[in-house]
Formats: sequence, structure tokens, C-alpha cells
Amino acid sequence: MPRKKPARFNGTEDSEVGIAQTPEGMPEGLTAGDLVDSYTKMILVRTLDERIWALNRQGKVPIAASCQGHEAAQLGSLLAAQKDGRCFMFPYYRDLGLKMAAGLTPTQMMLSFMGKEGEPYSNARQFPLQGADLEHNIIQISNVVGAGLTQAVGYALACKMQGEDTVVLTYFGDGASSQGEAHEAMNFAGVHRLPVIFICENNHYAISTPQRLQMVTDDIASRAQGYGFPGFTVDGMDLARCYEATREAINHARTRGPVLLEMQVERLMPHTTDDDHLRYRTQEELDGIHQHDPVATFGADLLTMGIITEEKAAEIKAEALQAINDATDAADAANPPDASTMWGRVYSE
Amino acid sequence: MAMILELPHVGESVVEGTIGKWLKQPGDKLTRFEPLVEVITDKVTMEVPSPVDGSLLKILAQEGETVPMGAAIAELETADGSSGSAPTPVSLPTIAGPAGPAATPASTQQAVPTGTTGYLVKNINPVGPTGGGVGTEQETRGTEQVEETAPVSRPSSASATGEAPGGPSRPSPAVRRLAKEHGVDLAQVSGTGLGGRITRDDLMQQVEGKAATPAASPKAQPTPVDAGPDEQHVPLTPVRRMIAEAMVRSVSQIPHAWSTVEVDVTGLVAIRALVRASFEQREGVGLTYLPFAIKAMAEALKKYPTLNASWGGDKIILKRRINVGIAVSAPHGLVVPVIHDADQLSISGLAKALRDLTQRARQNKLTIEDVQGGTFTLNNTGALGSTISYPIINHPQAAIVTTEAIQKRAVVRDDAIAIRSMLNICMAFDHRINDGAESGAFLQGIKSRLESMGPDTPIY
Amino acid sequence: MAVKNVIEAVREALREEMQRDSTVFILGEDVGLRGGVFLATQNLIDEFGESRVIDTPLAEASIMGIALGAAFQGMRPIPEVQFSDFIWPAMNQLIGETARACYGTNGALPVPMTIRVPYGGGIRGGLFHSQNVETIFFHTPGLKVVAPATPYDAKGLLKSAIRDNSPVVFLEHKKTYRLVRGELPEEEYTLPIGQAEVKRAGENITIVTYGLMLHYCLEAAEAVAGEGIDVEVVDLRTLRPLDKETVLNSVKKTGKLLIVHEDNVTGGVGAEIAALVADEAFEYLDGPVTRLCGPDVPTMPFAQTLEDEYMPNTDKIAQALRKQAAY
Repeated sequence: MPRKKPARFNGTEDSEVGIAQTPEGMPEGLTAGDLVDSYTKMILVRTLDERIWALNRQGKVPIAASCQGHEAAQLGSLLAAQKDGRCFMFPYYRDLGLKMAAGLTPTQMMLSFMGKEGEPYSNARQFPLQGADLEHNIIQISNVVGAGLTQAVGYALACKMQGEDTVVLTYFGDGASSQGEAHEAMNFAGVHRLPVIFICENNHYAISTPQRLQMVTDDIASRAQGYGFPGFTVDGMDLARCYEATREAINHARTRGPVLLEMQVERLMPHTTDDDHLRYRTQEELDGIHQHDPVATFGADLLTMGIITEEKAAEIKAEALQAINDATDAADAANPPDASTMWGRVYSE
Repeated sequence: MAMILELPHVGESVVEGTIGKWLKQPGDKLTRFEPLVEVITDKVTMEVPSPVDGSLLKILAQEGETVPMGAAIAELETADGSSGSAPTPVSLPTIAGPAGPAATPASTQQAVPTGTTGYLVKNINPVGPTGGGVGTEQETRGTEQVEETAPVSRPSSASATGEAPGGPSRPSPAVRRLAKEHGVDLAQVSGTGLGGRITRDDLMQQVEGKAATPAASPKAQPTPVDAGPDEQHVPLTPVRRMIAEAMVRSVSQIPHAWSTVEVDVTGLVAIRALVRASFEQREGVGLTYLPFAIKAMAEALKKYPTLNASWGGDKIILKRRINVGIAVSAPHGLVVPVIHDADQLSISGLAKALRDLTQRARQNKLTIEDVQGGTFTLNNTGALGSTISYPIINHPQAAIVTTEAIQKRAVVRDDAIAIRSMLNICMAFDHRINDGAESGAFLQGIKSRLESMGPDTPIY
Repeated sequence: MAVKNVIEAVREALREEMQRDSTVFILGEDVGLRGGVFLATQNLIDEFGESRVIDTPLAEASIMGIALGAAFQGMRPIPEVQFSDFIWPAMNQLIGETARACYGTNGALPVPMTIRVPYGGGIRGGLFHSQNVETIFFHTPGLKVVAPATPYDAKGLLKSAIRDNSPVVFLEHKKTYRLVRGELPEEEYTLPIGQAEVKRAGENITIVTYGLMLHYCLEAAEAVAGEGIDVEVVDLRTLRPLDKETVLNSVKKTGKLLIVHEDNVTGGVGAEIAALVADEAFEYLDGPVTRLCGPDVPTMPFAQTLEDEYMPNTDKIAQALRKQAAY
């Protein structure tokens, strides 16, 4: 589907007024400043993503799941949640971008991927970025995809019981949407009209299983009807659209009940560092989807809109590289957790 | 036939019901299972059905009246005719109560002390297989009686004292530890456990100096158990088991040979008759023939040391001390307390030692020392009237001797018939250690000593 | 003190804890309007409302997952599995997620959750309303597992479980619901998780048991008392954490151990206790450690004769005691 070319932004990028303005064609609440900020984060995420693959090939990072191709969906939806300020998130294993943009430093990210002491999610007891980052309102306990959906629904139930107006966002892939618990979670949320947003990052592949073997329907969003709440497909490669859809969904969830957002994305890299996607995808197909790299297109759009200049883009890129280099060195030099920390905290005291 | 209808039990916490509405009036015909009366309890309102075909004779509990469970609420007549006999009270099959025709109201409550451990109620239904609590539909429908049946008792193939083939051969960890802690030689301890194993209790009794002999076993005499129409089985006591093992061991390991001599104890009889009364008065101990026999034996053993010995496989072990064991019948079985250094005791000393040991044997008060260290054994079979015996050697000794009953018999003396008191002494000996020559000489030694006893024989 | 049965004890504990702490809530199938298929939660919805006594859809995995999520948020959920036999769809949420949540977040996420599980046979429940499921949870670090046998223990332990900040699998033997009665104090009390109790003191043989079997063991102990066999009966009450001290002290005293449980013998809780005793009380054993347990047949079958053949009972236990005593 051809994308709409964005309009030129007439505000001045250096003035405070300009930064706070919403450019034409952009959804309400998304300022130029937000766009620059999002782009900066996106570049940082992409640089980290590329770096951990390289580190994996060097033997320094045992396992990594890339989010390349998912950045717009993750950062766009997160931005809406952050602006709302009263959201809680249950991401899944591919949400590297979301977890970094939520507030972790590059060094903290690197400590997680290298399994070093001071790792923020679990003190390296778990896979990278798995456990809980309560400071940034994030929980992801396990790798059993789909299990987080019912937990998110339970969290939302508890918020409602406590009279809080928190909205819970729970993320999952197209594969996880087949799990029985995904159905159970949406069913319960629908019955009790809970403030939950189900966000499916549909990249059309569950490891090697293509969508046509995963489900009969062309989309996942239409399932929401069966649970009594609205579902939408969203262009997951477009940050602004993802932001907008999530913002609307937050308002709906808070007052009227669950929403299912299917953000359609592309998975540019293999499933994880242990996968070779050429076993089940052709090079032509991969070349094709790289044309739609959301980082590239987002950057091009911002240039077109005049919100950033080439120099600014280069500066952003250079700073990101420096940050990731520093983080790599810092994490490399850090110690793994002391063996004694394997023990303890099996039970809460 | 007239019958009384009682208010049925509907659950363990329901104790009374209120009559709501009689659905039939006196004179009305009744069909079995047809609803007869509405009863209200605090758990459920239920329709109580008629238990029989027949008619309602009389209402005993009026509408609005509250009665306890089990109370008579109506008199009914069954369809198989009326009679003048007294109405028999019949409970309906209780809806969720005791199963079985023998159930009575009283049996639903168990009078037991509870405490916080509580108790297992027997005569009401547990929950249904897929749910149910007090006052649920399952109860009011009176579905199949899920009884608390008596547990099916499988005929046990194991006897009460265990069926281990032979006993455990290694001492248990507890026994080994305690033996080490208390410096006990396990070879000196007899066991009362399975197959004769030494139990922890056996060992501790040893340590505490109590009797660990079979005679001290606290177990009562076993009673026979029916085993089919032709047999009864008597379970083995540990004592019996031990004796059995000892006998088998002796007979299988020692080649027995037997010999008997006749001893003229007329003189012995005379001296005993002479001194007996004054001895008993002075010493407080009775004087039997046994001390004299033991004396004769001990002296003979001094002269024939190979009869006071043990087979050592590649040698014969001669024992320095002469410790004569006396077989005594104690309440729990045979025991053999030992008179140590019998050769150094006088007849009086032997009599006292005998009396002390037999008394303590009969009271289960023998110590381990009392039964250890025997080198020779005497069995007074004569006390039971025996005249000839073929005894079994007390392994690992070289011989055993019995003193048979003393009988007045007609014997030939100096080519004339005389009436003499005759005593048979029978001996079994280990033919590996001794041949007929030594054993015969030994017996002759006893005989000559006994036949020489008379008024001059010193008692002290 | 009033005499109550186990279901009443459970109900009292739930009610008292819900009154005491507004973050406590119940969820499960049929727990609200019907009051639970065993009436464990009877009338609680009237007192606390449908927001705190939630009738869930028929979906065990989500019952547990939703409870877990609510626990993350700070509530104190009490999810119920209607029958232990139906717990298997929820296994990931219980063993994969719940048991690992505290450890896997380095202590950041306590899980103050009590999972109530009616279990056990002897009620003609057949293969799917009788299952003993305790062993897999007993095996799992991160979970606590409690199995009371009396009303007093059930109430005191359930209150403690609800107040515990770790997840507790609370096993309620269905046959004890109505058939075991005991005294309950009027005043408030709790019992500590992780403490066994010597329900009958004795000198010759130790029985270690839990659940319904406790009562058959007590009866068997009385039956053989007249034969000079003095039995000490230890009721575990909590399976995990196991009260090793009470078990070992008893075995050291008597020197002989018989373990009785309804669950299948192979790899059951008894196997762990036997290993523990062999390791830490070896020098005190005056006889082999024996077990009288459910056979290695999936579950007790439906027909009365078949169920009786499966179930340990007073007679079988007494026979085992005699054999132990004779060793």
C-alpha cells in the first residue's frame, strides 16, 4: 500500500514554538519536538539492535531478538502511553525498542544483553530484558508467549477494583494470538469491560510459520468482534499512525473497555540470533521488505517535512553510535553477577 | 400393617424441621414415593415422600410444629393389610444420613471427644463426586446411598510377625551405633526381633543390665490361629524361634553319640534323707540330688578335660573353668543358667547356687552373665519322670548329661536280688572330640563318685 | 469452642480474611452466585459483592493468569480450581509463571496469592474428580504447598496462606469437607505454614502422613495399641516447606518409619521423606523406611470395589504397622 507523502512543516525547528506545534498531517498531540525525540530514540534503538547482533557473532551476547522493522509500532504506541502518564505495560520478547525508549540507558541495555551485574530486569537471572522494570511500569515474566495477556488482564482487573484509572497495554505477536490464553484473556476482558489494550505486532511470521499457516483470516483485528470490543488494523510502520491509534485506544479502554490494535509490521531480521530466515524466506522477499524499513522512512519523512536537516540527522546518528560504543565498553568491562546471587529470593520475605 | 413415619435426617448439621404443609389428609390413599408432607429446615425446604403404598392413618405432628429429626410425624397403614399389632417405627431411607436398615437416629451422632484433631464421621455421606455440600440438590433427591463403607480388608499374606525368610543378617544402623557408643559386643546379645535379629530395644536392655535372654521376653504365649478346617497355626515367639535355631545348629554341626550308665544311688538317697531337714532349716534352701550329681560331674570333668571342651575346627579347645549349665524350665521357655566354677563349690554351695538360679529363672530375672560361659550342661530330665533320654548337646560344648528319675528297682547284687535306688545317667557327646573310651571313662567317673556317696560325704 | 467441619472452617477463614483486608478477593468457576460447588464460598458474594467474589469463565489457565496479574498490581487474590483434576490447563501459569515471578524479578515482584484446590478421592469421583496433584507442586521451588486434615488446621493455615506474600497452593481434601469435624476456637488464630504436628505421641513406630490419611492412621494406631505397638503419628500439614525437624526428631525417637499417603507411591512426597530420613537419620533407623501409598494406577477408579482396592485404609495401615513392629 503506497504511503502518503507528508506535508512540509512550516514551523521553525529551532524555536520553542515550532517544536511544540503539531505539523500538518500529524495526529493531534504529536508535536514536532515529539517527532525529533522519537527519531532520536529510534536511531539509538536501531544502533543498539545492530550492535547486539555483532556482539552475538563475537560471542559476547548469547541471545538476542531484534526489533528491526517494529520500531515505529513500539515507539509510537509507547509515546501515547507516556503522554497519557497512567499506563502499565506487559511487552513481549521482541519489544527491545519499547523497553529502551521507556527509559533504560544504553549501558543498562547492554548489561542486560551481556548478562552482567546490575542488569535492570532480573539481575541477569533471566534472558535479556525479562523480569520487571517497575520504575518504568513494565512487567514481562516469561517467554511463554500469550501468558502475559492473562496477567495483563488481571492487572487491569486489579486496577479497576482499586478504583485506579490505569490502562494496561499488552503486546504480543501473530504467533501468540493462536495461544488459548490469548482467547481467554480477551474473553475475560470483554466480559468485565476492563481497561486493556491488546497490541499485536503482526510481522506475519512466528519464527518460520507464515501467517497463512497460523490463522485462516487475513487479519487478527477482526477477532475482537467475537469478544465484544473494537479491533483495528494499523500501519505499524508509521509511527504517527501508531501513536494516534494507541492514544484513541487508551481513551476508549479507560472508559468503555478493551481494544485490539493489530499493528502490521515487517520483521527485517531472523527470529533471533539463533535463526537463519533464509531457510524459509527468499532473499527477494527480504529485499522487498527492507524497502519499508521504518527507521529509514521515518527519517526521510522528517527531512521532507523539514523538521530535521541532513546535518541534524548525521549528528543524531553520530551521537547514537558514540552512546552505544560507550555502553558496549562499559558493559564489557562490567562483572557478571557473583555466583552467590544465584541463591535467594525464591520466596518473598 | 400400621407403621410410624419419622422425620428423616437430611444432613449432619440439621437437627430439627418444621412441618410446613400436609399434602395428604387422614384417610387418603398413599402411593409409594408420592409427596406426603412439606418440611422446612434451615438448609432446605423439602417434600418428604411416602415410603409405602397404603394410606395415611393419623397425623402426629401438626402444620407449624417443629420436631427433632427422628420424631414420629405420622401413622401410616401399608397396603398389605392391617393388624392389631403395635406399629413398628420405620425411618425412611435417610436422605443424606446413615445408610442401611440398621440406622437409628442415635447413630448419626458420634459421642466422641473432639479436640482440635477432630474425628472422622462415619455414618453420613461425604460430598458427591462432582460437588455438593449441606443442603444441596443431591441430598434432597435422595440419590444412591454413597455409604461410608467399611474398608475392604484384604486377607493379609504376611503373618503378624513378618514373613522374612530367615532374619536380617546385618545389625541395623541404630543397633550398630548404640553398640559402639556403649561398648557392647553384639555377639553377646540375643535378639528378639524378626528372625532373631537384635533390635534397638534388645540392645538397650543389654546396656541397662536387664535380662536380654529369651526368658525375659515380655510377649505373652501366642494363641493358635485358625488356618482352614484342618489346622491351627501357632505363631512363633522369639524364644521358640531361638531354641529351634539352636537345636538345628547343634544337631547339624555336631556328630552326636549317646551312652548311658546305671548308677546305684542307694547311699546318696540315704545321706540326703539324713541331712536334708537340718540343712533346709539351717540354710533355708532345699537339698535335692542335683547338687550331688553336679559335684560328681565337676570332679569327673577335672579328670577328663576333653569332656569340658569345644570343637575348634582345626583344634580342640579345652576350657579351663568348669561352668556347669543347668537346664531350667522357665515361664517363657527353656533357659540354661550357669553355675560358674562348679568344681570349687561344696554340695551346700551348689545347692544354694542352684536354688538362686532356678528361682531367678522362673522370675525372669536372670542376667546376661547368668547364662554365659557354660562349658558343660546338665539336664534333670528325671524331674519329669524320664528314665532314658537322648539329649541334644548345647552347642558348642563337648557333651551333655541327663539325670533320669531315681527308681527303686530289683537288681542283682552278689548273685542275689536286691532292691536298690537306681539312677540312669545318659550322655550325648561330640564324637569329633571324644571317642567311646574317654566318654565312657567319664561316665564311669561320675558313676563311681555317686555310688561312693554316703553318710561320710561332706556337705560343706 | 464450636465443632465444625472442614468446609465450614474454610468458609470462615475466607470470610474473616476478606473482612480484614480489602485487597483479598476470590475468583473461580461458580464461586459467586452458587457459592462454590462445595459451598466453600457460600454467601460471600452477598457480603462482599460480585467485584470481590468473581464468577469466571470456564478457563483455568486464565483464572490463574488473571490472579497472577492482579497479584502483581498489589491485590491478594484467592483463585479456586474447582477440582484438582482441572488444574492441568493452568500449569504454565502456576509452575512456569507464578513460581518463578519472585525469583525471576530478583525479588521485585512478590506474589501474595493463595490457590485453593479441592483434591483427593474416596468419594466415588473416578479418574477425573479424585486426583492427587500435590506432588508436582511440592517439587516446585517458589511455591508453598499446604495440605491440612482437620478443621482447626484448615482454618488457621488458610488464614496464614492468604496473609503470606508468596504463592501458596492450598489443598483441601474433598472427603474431609463434611466427614471430618473438630473444634474451632471462637477467638482469632492463625497457624504457621511449614510446621508439622504430632497428632499422636508414641514410642515404637513413626507414621508420617497428611490429608485424609491422617484420620485412618490415627484409627490404625488405636487398633494396634492393644497389641503393644505404640505409634506416633506426624501430620505434615505443610508439604512445602517440609518440617524436617519434626519428622527427623520423631524417627530418631522411634527408629521406625511408615509413610502413608493417598497419592501414587512412585515419586510421591513419601519418596522425598524416605530420602531425607535415610540421609539425616540413618544412624537412628532400627528398621527399613516403608511406604503405604496409592498404587501406580492413574487415579482411584469409580466402582466401589475398585476404589476400595486403590485407597489406603485403616486395616491396610494397621497391617503395615504390625509388619514394621515385628521387624
